[in-house]
Amino acid sequence: MKQKYSIFSIVRNAIGYHEGWQEAWRSPDPKAHYDMIIVGAGGHGLGTAYYLAKECGVRNVAVLEKDWLGGGNTGRNTTICRSNYLWDESAALYDHSVDLWHGLSRELNFNVMYSPRGLIHLAHSVHDIQEIGRRGNSNYLNGIDAEYLTPEQVKQWVPFINLNTRYPVMGGLLQRRAGTARHDAVAWGYARGADALGVDIIQNCEVTGFRIEENVVKGVETSRGFIGANKVGCVVAGHCSVLAEKAGFRLPIESFSLQALVSESIKPKIDCVVMSNGIHAYISQSDKGELVIGAGSDPYNSYSQRGGFDLIEETVGAVVELYPIFSRMRMLRQWGGVVDVTVDRSPILSKTPVKNLYFNCGWGTGGFKATPGSAHVFAHSLAGEDMHPVAAPFSIDRFNTGALVDEGAAAAVAH
Amino acid sequence: MLIVTCPWCGQREVTEFGYGGEAHIARPENPEQLSDEEWGDYVFFRKNPRGVHYERWVHTHGCRRWFNAVRHTVTDEFFGSYKPGEAPPTVPVSKG
Ligand SMILES: Cc1cc2nc3c(=O)[nH]c(=O)nc-3n(C[C@H](O)[C@H](O)[C@H](O)COP(=O)(O)OP(=O)(O)OC[C@H]3O[C@@H](n4cnc5c(N)ncnc54)[C@H](O)[C@@H]3O)c2cc1C
Ligand SMILES: [Zn+2]
Repeated sequence: MKQKYSIFSIVRNAIGYHEGWQEAWRSPDPKAHYDMIIVGAGGHGLGTAYYLAKECGVRNVAVLEKDWLGGGNTGRNTTICRSNYLWDESAALYDHSVDLWHGLSRELNFNVMYSPRGLIHLAHSVHDIQEIGRRGNSNYLNGIDAEYLTPEQVKQWVPFINLNTRYPVMGGLLQRRAGTARHDAVAWGYARGADALGVDIIQNCEVTGFRIEENVVKGVETSRGFIGANKVGCVVAGHCSVLAEKAGFRLPIESFSLQALVSESIKPKIDCVVMSNGIHAYISQSDKGELVIGAGSDPYNSYSQRGGFDLIEETVGAVVELYPIFSRMRMLRQWGGVVDVTVDRSPILSKTPVKNLYFNCGWGTGGFKATPGSAHVFAHSLAGEDMHPVAAPFSIDRFNTGALVDEGAAAAVAH
Repeated sequence: MLIVTCPWCGQREVTEFGYGGEAHIARPENPEQLSDEEWGDYVFFRKNPRGVHYERWVHTHGCRRWFNAVRHTVTDEFFGSYKPGEAPPTVPVSKG
């Protein structure tokens, strides 16, 4: 039995000198065969395993991870959660996530620190104003909260903002239900929850190939030997093209480095998320007090997991322009992740040319927010015959039929 | 900063360049005869290798000419740049 985390368990363990805490998940050896294998222990993969066990009655599941769980983009992102995308298909998927975020800490008995603190997209040009107007109206029609802000109203939210930048702030789009969550906690919470339901999470186990017989996947080759499975779901973000190639097909995806940085800690200063696509600055403040700043992605394909300094310079320049008050702060850490970008900036949740092999990828620069919803609908797709209706529009086929879900404006720069 | 070699101008910083993605993708001769699969494949699907990548660059803030380069996508090491129509440089076996 898993111990339940609560105020009482903290008191009880404090009395016991904190020696009685259980490990949050086991580290089992792989079995010879599973009903389902999930490749990649990021938030999306772990969440998929959790919902398979919890809601679909599939408990003979393994999650295979080449490094440590949560060490991919899940542990590297700037944790912005919002659902104000343009199209109906996206609205359904991202808003499903927002709904799940609201109850997630309770569901997992793990504090994921979901904080719907409000998010503002700034507009710096007539075109930006038209874009947020169109998107806000489309959000409104889809039942997603959206409010138009005048520059004065933006100033009320962020009193120290400099509206009169080289590209002046002309307005903003506010989603009050948007915010942030603790990225690591999402991976840890799903891992602990899935493990409690019997899922084997196997770290340091790299998938190096697939065993495919008569176009049906039979299992995976790994650094720890062959492991059989009835179905395999690949949820490996930036490395999806590498695995697709092993399975004999290509994806409409390219991988890039995307960077972020955090500052030294300061007292609470900014209590919402502010992003600007126009001059590329987005910023929030963590509960530890650090400013969390997202930079751009390098323009060239990369698996280096670090990015160019020129992008940091550009981002920090934009931040200082908007918030001169931060100009003398020091940055403490900077890092990069490998993001998997599709041309329409929408994800892929799909069957593949190989039977019983599924991919969930293409989340690119903005999939953290979608973790619960993506995991939920992907689990139901793996468990059933057909893709879940919310996932269905995101099939790989759309790149052949032309039914793209173009979120270029909502997601190209902003996360 | 990443240093890119333009075959006409020599070594310059990456901020002078634009990127054109995977190289050597020939436009189909008879687009009207392609199936949706073939057309989608040509327009959207890419190798995206973790390793040696043949790619297109344009020297936007320099001579404004397009060229090809071979680069390793993990180490960012360039194995050479070449003009359109030229043969790509060979990549050392140990680096492939
Ligand atoms: C700097 C940065 C900022 C971002 N900011 C935001 C943001 O503010 N909001 C937002 O919504 N999104 C953001 N994102 C995007 C978001 O992080 C990702 O879309 C999301 O976390 C993807 O989760 P995942 O579980 O699919 O992938 P990951 O967390 O990357 O997990 C994939 C896992 O697969 C493993 N793996 C890969 N290959 C193999 C193999 N062969 N065998 C076994 N395991 C393998 C990897 O090691 C990794 O752990 C950001 C990303 C970055 C890099
Ligand atoms: Zn040149």
